[in-house]
Amino acid sequence: MTSLRVFFLGGLISYRALFSWMTPSIFFLILVVQPVFQILLFAYIGRAASVGSDEFYVVGNAMQYAAVPCLFAMTQTIAGERFQQTLSYILISPAGRLPLFLGRALPVILNGFVTAAFSLLVGGLILGVRFPTSVFGPLAVVVLVATLSCTGLGLINAGLGLRVRETSVLSNLLVGILLIFCGANVSVSSLPDWMAAVSSWLPLTHAIKAAREVVHGSSLTDVQGLLGRELGVGVLYAVAGLAIIRFFETQSRRHATLGLA
Amino acid sequence: MIQGARIFWTGFVLHFKNLSASPFMMVTAAIWPLVYATLAFLMFRATHQAPSLLYAALGAAVMGIWSTTATSAGGAIQQQRWWGILEILVASPTRLILVLAPITTAIAGIGVYSIVSTLLWGRLLFGVPVHIEHPLLFAVSIPAAVVSIGLLGLVLASTFVVYRSASNLSQALEYPVWTITGMLIPLSVLPAWVGPIAWVLAPTWGMRAVRHAAIGGDVGVPLLVCAGLSLAYAAIAAVLLHYFERLARDRASLSLT
Repeated sequence: MTSLRVFFLGGLISYRALFSWMTPSIFFLILVVQPVFQILLFAYIGRAASVGSDEFYVVGNAMQYAAVPCLFAMTQTIAGERFQQTLSYILISPAGRLPLFLGRALPVILNGFVTAAFSLLVGGLILGVRFPTSVFGPLAVVVLVATLSCTGLGLINAGLGLRVRETSVLSNLLVGILLIFCGANVSVSSLPDWMAAVSSWLPLTHAIKAAREVVHGSSLTDVQGLLGRELGVGVLYAVAGLAIIRFFETQSRRHATLGLA
Repeated sequence: MIQGARIFWTGFVLHFKNLSASPFMMVTAAIWPLVYATLAFLMFRATHQAPSLLYAALGAAVMGIWSTTATSAGGAIQQQRWWGILEILVASPTRLILVLAPITTAIAGIGVYSIVSTLLWGRLLFGVPVHIEHPLLFAVSIPAAVVSIGLLGLVLASTFVVYRSASNLSQALEYPVWTITGMLIPLSVLPAWVGPIAWVLAPTWGMRAVRHAAIGGDVGVPLLVCAGLSLAYAAIAAVLLHYFERLARDRASLSLT
């Protein structure tokens, strides 16, 4: 029961704390206006270069934006606590680490889900890309899987936040890597071999491919292999993330560097 | 006049050095544009109808200048608040605009790193030939672009004297300005109504000046428009700063973070 309380209430309070540094209107601007303009930017680059269709960029970038909240907000849960001088109190508490950090991930997953879904709809409307209503259900499942796997990467990022001071730099670098490698704007088959090999081990790659197939009429059963791989990558990152958090927590206690920012 | 120029230059050099030591700013200026340069190279080289790779490299470079401005200029005043020196700066005999203009110009100036990094990146990884058509004009167009974009940042910063979340709002302008000012997309591809909005934005003309100097084309008109817009932005910022400074003093909210 206590673990459930830590999971749900801790997660909710931590998520609400993100608003301490921005008002909801700003939050809306960054998480909704930005992704829509990212879609427009790449769709128009595609038009200028006669590469790809509008649909290709709408799906790719909307899915990619699922990663942004997952990466930044997960990191912020640790970096923010340290900035507010509350990280030591949290880590000294007897609360289990799994509900503590996964609880903080839950609202972020929902956040990424809403951002991706909204970007998909609005970006599609602006560019005149029509999706049949029958794809929304399967697409929602794909977006959810994508946000889960991105949160896995976010946990690694959060763990590194216990050691690295410039967490926003790290988050930006990871978003940039995902933008190039995961096939949001350049299909994986067009990437050089070594980049394509890396991309299959990154979150989002399989989900973006699955989303494009779903939009073209495939069912969830047809893309279950891709979704399975995406979930597998996400679980891999999540396990590694929790291990990194545990390791750096121990190291920080040993070297008395927990509160150093 | 000379004293004003001295304050501007000293402030610019000080803040340029300070910003150059910030990992966040350096990543935003030198690394982040490489992401867009790489994507543009990969997209453009897939077809013969696309603009040249040098076009893409220069576009990504000026994107870096706007990126640093959008992410940091809006928060320039907030930064002074956090450091606890905003009240001192406002109370000093130097006009506030002369204190803030070097900061926002230095923030845009950091974007110069992006020009170096994207051209090097393109040359070394993608074999983009870096042949500058008019080297002298290229050397003039870069500071012209930096100053005009920096002063646009000053307008943003001055608007936010009384607004806490200034930097977040300013960041939200990053993609829209990239999209509509022709950095990687020719303006002719965009809807016609976007044109007039783009014309009053310095990045449009800064980009045009840099690109024409490098690839070929008229550089004089874009440079003149950059100069004109710089003056207009400075005048707007002076009025806004005067108004918002008064408002913040009346409300006693100057140092509230």
